[in-house]
Amino acid sequence: MRKCSLDSINKIFGKIAETNKLYLPVDGSDGVAVYTKWEEGKEWSNALNTVRSPKDFFFPQVENLMEFKTSGKNIELTDIREEAEDFVIFGVRACDVRSFDILDRVFLTDPVDSFYASRREHGVIVSVACSKPSETCFCQTFDNIDATNPLGDVTAWKTEDSVYFKANTEKGEAFMKKIESLTEECDDTAVAAEKDKIAAIMKKLPLKDLSADAFGGGKTDTFFNVPEWDELSATCLGCGTCTFVCPTCQCYDIKDFNTGNGVIRYRCWDSCMYSEFTKMAHGNNRLSQKERFRQRFMHKLVYYPENNEGIFGCVGCGRCLAKCPISMNIVKVMKKIGGKVNE
Amino acid sequence: MNKMEETLIPKIGVITDVRIDTPDIKTFRVVTPDGKKAFDHRPGQCAMLSIPGVGEAMFSITSSPTNTEFMEFSIKKCGCVTEWLHQAEVGQQITIRGPYGNPFPVDDVFAGKNLLFIAGGVGLAPLRSVINYCRHYRDRYGDIDIVYGSRSKDDLLDYKEIIEEWSNDAGVNVHLTIDNPQEGWDGHVGFVPNYVKELGFDTNKTAVLCGPPIMIKFTLDGLTSIGFDKTQIYTTLELRMKCGVGKCGRCNVGSKYVCKDGPVFRCDELEELPDEY
Repeated sequence: MRKCSLDSINKIFGKIAETNKLYLPVDGSDGVAVYTKWEEGKEWSNALNTVRSPKDFFFPQVENLMEFKTSGKNIELTDIREEAEDFVIFGVRACDVRSFDILDRVFLTDPVDSFYASRREHGVIVSVACSKPSETCFCQTFDNIDATNPLGDVTAWKTEDSVYFKANTEKGEAFMKKIESLTEECDDTAVAAEKDKIAAIMKKLPLKDLSADAFGGGKTDTFFNVPEWDELSATCLGCGTCTFVCPTCQCYDIKDFNTGNGVIRYRCWDSCMYSEFTKMAHGNNRLSQKERFRQRFMHKLVYYPENNEGIFGCVGCGRCLAKCPISMNIVKVMKKIGGKVNE
Repeated sequence: MNKMEETLIPKIGVITDVRIDTPDIKTFRVVTPDGKKAFDHRPGQCAMLSIPGVGEAMFSITSSPTNTEFMEFSIKKCGCVTEWLHQAEVGQQITIRGPYGNPFPVDDVFAGKNLLFIAGGVGLAPLRSVINYCRHYRDRYGDIDIVYGSRSKDDLLDYKEIIEEWSNDAGVNVHLTIDNPQEGWDGHVGFVPNYVKELGFDTNKTAVLCGPPIMIKFTLDGLTSIGFDKTQIYTTLELRMKCGVGKCGRCNVGSKYVCKDGPVFRCDELEELPDEY
């Protein structure tokens, strides 16, 4: 384990930025933390988390896939893929680190999505333990997420005066090597104390007892037709905010854009909450918002686990709790149809 | 950069023949620019076709895998991509990628069985691939019955092939029907589900269904009412798709993705899915 003083963290950022693009949560003028490319003068945000998840780094909201030029009846296709450059995302919370594993299971299974894979390969993830988990946090509901000890290539702990680092992977070792001269060897006493402090807060969180045990693969029949979906979805606006802020939502659209000098085929985020998501020439298999609403939650709580060894498609980041304009969210769904919070 | 293969990046295809089948269905023959088949496929699999600037859509491959020279797609005019294709001429390049999805189990489950194909309208397109595959390897299968119906005689897809080839094969019985009486038509008149019940097939068959959802539903009911078990009946589904490989999320129904876990399903497997297809 190594550490540096919190005062000197910008030196570390500067050192990394010499060779790699470095992104970290920075408060914008509106006070909202956003992953921002670090440069001199940018300060690491104290916010618990960013409004948008860091899934953008691997699965950007919009990305160009290929280009076409047409002349007469002929088409010329250009593969515009470029090898991603190495980059570092610093300050990723435990929930968001876990979301990458969930996305991997979609994009890296055969056939591998080469756009995603290239970025994933070149991204170094420095996670940071959650000093101040908030009332919308419920990562404890899910396995393999530890806010006191997040995963990633490097794990960091931020205390009042210092930042502690531990490498978890080869990429992490390389990162630590790069900042070696700016950090010093230390024991894990302070980190152990920080972990205890975080664990104590976690025990007091309002959603600490939320359980997903009622859900999982093979439960389609149990939950698909329960009457509660009517009430839960009644006020859903179908705005898709939940899917856009969600670190694990990965549905996408592929569209063509005519540039006037050819066509760019691009991919962009899409949302199962939208009425046109499944609309096709012969009809639409999810005509009502209730059906679309149900699809989103069934996918995260039943379908995804069924295909992925019981792993849920939610990491408890709480973004949907904070951002849904009608205050509907996965926690309410879980409580309503999965039984009460275990007291 | 040593680029890995990317399924979303298509090949260029060329339309080398356009056959007008019905007032709203055309069959397109597609090869690569050097005149080869774009890729091998199995009966029931699909391909993504696109026209840059217009869009990309999934179509079943209607030609049999035993055709090693080209692929054919029977396409009904009903949306942006299909409307564009319908005005395309021979020589037009498009893009093609695939094959996608699971095929019909022609080499194991179907082997040695009597087969009953039931199709409505453009629903014959995916079945033609299987029918012609089974006709090609005729001695591997028992009797073949084909029930096919459409709105009118003019709306029957592959009519010439049905009359001149399928109807003349030994052990192949073709039963055609149209929805309403029509001058010049002395064949059966009536909807497919009713016709199937009237024909009253022996249940020692494996059935393959494709057509509009309402036709599939009533035909399935009809088959089970005359004693067929759902494990004897196969169908192929159609949902909106973008990627074709189980990632974009559109064709997800229950824990299945129609593009990669289907489009071919046995009807008892469908029963395990929520009713959203």
